[in-house]
Amino acid sequence: MDNTFHPLFYSFHFYLFGLIGIASALLFVTRKSPVAAALWLVNVMFCLAALYLMLDAQFIGAIQVLVYAGAIMVVFLFVVMLLNLGHPSELADIRGNGGRLAAGAVGLALLAEVAVLTRARFPAQLTPKAAAALAQVDQPGGVIAPIADALFREHLLAFELTSILLLTAIAGAVVLGRKRGAADAR
Amino acid sequence: MPLDPMQLEPAFWPFLIATVVKMLVVFTLYMVVVAYSTLAERKVSAWIQDRHGPNRVGPWGLFQVLADGVKNFVKEESMPGDVNKPTFLLAPAIAFTMALTAWAVIPFGAPLPTPWGKVDLIVADAPIGVLYPLAITSLGVYGIVLAGWSSNNKYSLLGGLRASAQMVSYEVAMGLSVVAVLLLMGNVSLPQVVALQAAGGWNVVLLSVAAFVFMVSAFAETNRVPFDMAEAESELIAGYHSEYSAMKFSMFFIAEYANMLTASAMFVTLFLGGWDIPFTDWDTTGPATVAKALATFAIFAAKIGAFMFFFIWIRWTLPRFRYDQLMSLGWKFMLPVALLYIVIVSTGMLLLDVAGVARGSGTYFLAFLGLNVVLMGLLFVILDRGRLISPASSRLERSRVERLRAVAAARSSIAAGEVR
Repeated sequence: MDNTFHPLFYSFHFYLFGLIGIASALLFVTRKSPVAAALWLVNVMFCLAALYLMLDAQFIGAIQVLVYAGAIMVVFLFVVMLLNLGHPSELADIRGNGGRLAAGAVGLALLAEVAVLTRARFPAQLTPKAAAALAQVDQPGGVIAPIADALFREHLLAFELTSILLLTAIAGAVVLGRKRGAADAR
Repeated sequence: MPLDPMQLEPAFWPFLIATVVKMLVVFTLYMVVVAYSTLAERKVSAWIQDRHGPNRVGPWGLFQVLADGVKNFVKEESMPGDVNKPTFLLAPAIAFTMALTAWAVIPFGAPLPTPWGKVDLIVADAPIGVLYPLAITSLGVYGIVLAGWSSNNKYSLLGGLRASAQMVSYEVAMGLSVVAVLLLMGNVSLPQVVALQAAGGWNVVLLSVAAFVFMVSAFAETNRVPFDMAEAESELIAGYHSEYSAMKFSMFFIAEYANMLTASAMFVTLFLGGWDIPFTDWDTTGPATVAKALATFAIFAAKIGAFMFFFIWIRWTLPRFRYDQLMSLGWKFMLPVALLYIVIVSTGMLLLDVAGVARGSGTYFLAFLGLNVVLMGLLFVILDRGRLISPASSRLERSRVERLRAVAAARSSIAAGEVR
């Protein structure tokens, strides 16, 4: 994708997806039905993916949709449906005025942090490394090559260790789940 | 900021107009083909079952599709009690949209020369290529899951649950089979995948096992027989769409055929050389002409048609799997096979690179062809486990026949004893 889009085109879509994303996130935390909340979260993921695409991070955008929206949230929905929870109003997790006040306070603190961060000066110029990676996008290998280089050359050991950690976690979850199931059966 | 045409890139407006025209053409063709696939399904099933099929509306029943469409539009839209209304209405739209959207990155012909420059026959040449349809089709499951959940019907819910588990499981095998393709192609861009196949041989020959895994997963992903657990009519009425009527039901029907078409296009592009015409270099070399664009589009359509026929053929030939069989096939067979195949392919590529065999050369092709013939033989022997193919081709030993007869005799005497 070329970066020569009209600035108006760019900013229109930035604000469009940004606003939809924020609205969906608000709806996500305020819905009482777990399925509705999950669907709004999917919408947030979509808007994030669109913003990643506009930042020329197509791979991250595709993976965002593929992994989060396409797999993880489907499993969430699966669990919610399998447990077949009762009436939405009975299981709402929004508790009392104290909880609401605390949540509001945390929200305000985060907003303040965002305000501070936007005032900070980020390097306007790309670092040489980032510029090289960006130039590589147009080379053979496309948008995948810079990520593959980082994962499988620079940080190969860390990457493999992470995958072993994940595998161990999965095996552990299966073992623990089976133990509990066997105890219940008896 | 006012939109000033002078600030735009010179190629912006032709690009925009070409893209809009391509979107309209692809959408229209897609809808027509989807509509006629329903007729094709009925005609082929009739042919397989030695019947006539729809033949009353128009010549050879060709206008049956229009009649069905009108019928679905004017039928009463029923709204069952206590459904979750927004989700109930949203589900058919999601199911259909996701199948349609995935088509954006599929190249469907050689470049078309126009007075305003060369137009690539692909709606959007996204750099992420193959990941895009995978990501989009993985969202199609929401349509089915939400339809099942919002219908307020236990059979619908069961259908939705089955669909979500099945599609998430087979997505893994499908993704891993695509990894083998990406390894060999060295790129994710679909036009490049097509170009490399045109130069170095089709992937269905070079990567037969991956093609097989992808094909089986495609049946599971589209919820087609033999994996149509989500709407198994003998168990779940009609599964996730039991409560739907008129056009909303029709949307699910359209979505099923749209998904088949998308899966066919993916298979054709990844494994059958996309729009490449086999045994000739005429289509890929030299300047772009209108004849080349039309011929390559025709061959692409023919390949998709063949794969659609295969979908329909399987549906009217094979019985439905049991649900646990489906799951164990996905997790205990397809997933390990796909993983092992990635290891074998990368080892093979490494060995050939070390031996100094150039990619795309005849030796490379033959080496992978030999490897895949051996692997496919092994795969089918393991899948068959001496039950179907080998007994049919060899005589039973005398002792085994006698043992079987003794068992049968014992069984019948037990059965007779029970009756008494």
